Amino acid sequence: MDTAELKTASRYEPRPLACPWIAFAVLLLLWELLSRFSGLSPQVFPGPIPVLVSMGKLAASGILLRHTVASLFRITVGFYLAVLLGLPLGIILGRNRIFNTMFNPVIQFLKPISPIAWIPLAMLWFGIGDKPAIFLIFLSSFFPLVVSTTIAVSSINPVFFQVAANFNFTRREVLSKIIIPAITPATITAFRISLSIAWLVVVAAEMIAVRSGLGYLILDSRNALRMDYVMAGMIVIGIIGLLLDLLMRRMGQLASTSWYGSGN
Amino acid sequence: MGHILIDSVCKEYPNRRRKPRPGSPGTGKYMVPVLDHITLEFGEGEMVCILGPSGCGKSTLLRIVAGFEPPTAGRVIIDNKRVERPSSDSIFVFQNNGLLPWMTVWENVELGLRHLEDREAKNERIAEQIEIVELEGFEQHYPHQLSGGMRRRAELARALAVNPNIMIMDEPFSGLDFLTHMKMREEVVNMHRFTRKTTLVVTHDIDDALIMGDRIVVLDDRPAKVKLDHKLDFPRPRDFEKLPELSELRKQIFLMQGVLYAV
Ligand SMILES: Nc1ncnc2c1ncn2[C@@H]1O[C@H](COP(=O)(O)OP(=O)(O)OP(=O)(O)O)[C@@H](O)[C@H]1O
Ligand SMILES: [Mg+2]
Repeated sequence: MDTAELKTASRYEPRPLACPWIAFAVLLLLWELLSRFSGLSPQVFPGPIPVLVSMGKLAASGILLRHTVASLFRITVGFYLAVLLGLPLGIILGRNRIFNTMFNPVIQFLKPISPIAWIPLAMLWFGIGDKPAIFLIFLSSFFPLVVSTTIAVSSINPVFFQVAANFNFTRREVLSKIIIPAITPATITAFRISLSIAWLVVVAAEMIAVRSGLGYLILDSRNALRMDYVMAGMIVIGIIGLLLDLLMRRMGQLASTSWYGSGN
Repeated sequence: MGHILIDSVCKEYPNRRRKPRPGSPGTGKYMVPVLDHITLEFGEGEMVCILGPSGCGKSTLLRIVAGFEPPTAGRVIIDNKRVERPSSDSIFVFQNNGLLPWMTVWENVELGLRHLEDREAKNERIAEQIEIVELEGFEQHYPHQLSGGMRRRAELARALAVNPNIMIMDEPFSGLDFLTHMKMREEVVNMHRFTRKTTLVVTHDIDDALIMGDRIVVLDDRPAKVKLDHKLDFPRPRDFEKLPELSELRKQIFLMQGVLYAV
């Protein structure tokens, strides 16, 4: 709700396009000053210009693209799996009080266990490669998605289900005409949040369980004592995280502008 | 079609308080009686207005007649069939907005007609219903883009589109400004005159009930019993000044509800 309020509020305020760029410029300047006057060697704390140059080199050689694609592949598969399993489970738990009281405690118990804590088990079970990373991403998105879908479904105004019964809706119609439209705004917000968590986790998972991806790039560069590559990797992670969030926000706007204003 | 028999209906809800109230027939679970042996029979095409103090169980009674909830005891029989679940033979018009907010006016009205095979006939009927409630031009609007009165009319159109035998309306005028209230009342009376559907209207406005009803039912405070059940054989349009009998009845009902009409 508060994001919607922010959205409408900001519509009435002048928003100079330059503002975010100014902040980035300040950040670059600060970085430059810190690296220059910190007393650390440029190998340990490189400034923005060498890092950007190294990033250009990595990009030109195709290494950066390869690792980025590897990370994006894992997050896509893991996230889709979480959505595919988490949404239906959330809907069932939101609709069925018996299932809810049965399974909710288990989910609430598993949810706060950080996906990072699963790394040893994931590696033992799935070995090295895409599988453990995907498994960890799946875990990081699955529980938040189940919980938020359950809440969204159970807070649907009961009048809508009475309308459905009154107009002889089939089960399938209740799903497609009541439940899915009603939970769409909340679900897209949940997608956004869990995708950003998944992006955090993918990097951590790649540092341990695989030999590719942006997380691996960072770890490998550290082992080679190339802090410029480490920082280049971090910048790409930030940019992609930003783009993913932008994508989800666009999706949310597309899916919900039509009736979101109703406040239901 | 549209004959309703409410046969000795009782309804109890579980009490949230832990301790039993003295004198409550406790069987481990403590229940609050809301409806107490309500027996009423409504004929085909009758317009029945139900009055009662706030919280006495009017909405509960309507929900039971619509089949949304089972009674704790007793039964509701519509056209010789016991009501066990909701059905599109009796359409409920909700106290709070019952339009689906993610559907346009057109799509909401279409809900009751979605099984019609013939697309053209279907579209024609939707357009016709929207015209009856004077919402032409708002077909593609979402409920939140309509005023309160327009939303009620859209819901009325959605209900009428199904052509049910029974219309059940829970405070159809609440929250409307005075003029919209009057217009909406006229709309409901006209709807009833032309379609002759059995219509149950819950209201807390005594004048609404006396102007609209073929029959007026007053419920007692919780647990609700039938306190008054009166036929209103007055010509329409009704005017209190020309119908002293109606004025007298009005005074009586006010007194019955604990209001000294003379103020
Ligand atoms: N699902 C429920 N669970 C428990 N108690 C309920 C439930 N529904 C209604 N009640 C109780 O039953 C009583 C009657 O409620 P109801 O909504 O039927 O009243 P009403 O006559 O329609 O009131 P109003 O005029 O304010 O709409 C209230 O005291 C309410 O607290
Ligand atoms: Mg009510």
